[in-house]
Amino acid sequence: MPVNSRYENGVLVIRLQGELDHHAVEKIRDDIEAQLAKTDYQGLVMSFRNIEFMDSSGLGLILGRFRSISQHGGQMALCEVGPSLKKLFEMSGLLKVLPLYEAEDLAVKAVKGA
Amino acid sequence: MERIASQVQVNNYLRLQFPSRSENESLARVAVASFVAQLDPTMEELTELKTAVSEAVTNAIIHGYEDRDGEVRIECALTDNTVTIVIEDEGVGIPDVEEARQPMYTSRPELERSGMGMTIMESFVDSLEVESMIGRGTRVTMIKTFGADRVQM
Repeated sequence: MPVNSRYENGVLVIRLQGELDHHAVEKIRDDIEAQLAKTDYQGLVMSFRNIEFMDSSGLGLILGRFRSISQHGGQMALCEVGPSLKKLFEMSGLLKVLPLYEAEDLAVKAVKGA
Repeated sequence: MERIASQVQVNNYLRLQFPSRSENESLARVAVASFVAQLDPTMEELTELKTAVSEAVTNAIIHGYEDRDGEVRIECALTDNTVTIVIEDEGVGIPDVEEARQPMYTSRPELERSGMGMTIMESFVDSLEVESMIGRGTRVTMIKTFGADRVQM
């Protein structure tokens, strides 16, 4: 599953798709890290609009990227999260450390402005 | 694995067994979801159950068998509006089940796991039992009743 992404003005936007389980996340993690390594980014936005399923492996993916971005001195935001994913995010305490936006452009703006 | 079906009179049941490969995680949760569809669950109930099954199967593969070859077995039984799901492996077992059930606990920090699998299972089913023996394996039993909210209305 290729990761759909775009890069503009220092922000990498990753549009995740399909299912975020243990099987899927390893390749996605490598893809995102490879793309981050290619640029001198300031921030990362992850969009969950096209995610049909996610379990705790997805939480590990997000927290792992948050660690990478923080070590790089960058900002990170999440967007377009449906109700069932939001429940997982709340349960895990993820939203205490990561901001969540309804729309992708708002998330990009927030990461740039930070 | 004969336990559920023989203990109580069940309306229907399903048994699955498959190698402990990560590509089977999706198959397992989709099969269980398809099976319980006959109880007419809401989308939310179905998503919660799929997530709980995915967590248990992933644990069996990553932690039970530590990514080595083994077999994961699932048995689902329906009684009225309730499903009982047993997911078991013959892997290494969990030394301290209470510790493993703590939020953010992971035995394999090198794998970028969130440590939330057991917490998610607990939240998404009505009852969760974890039995484990070192060197023998782990058995997770989840019970979920559908339409509990609807009946109260």
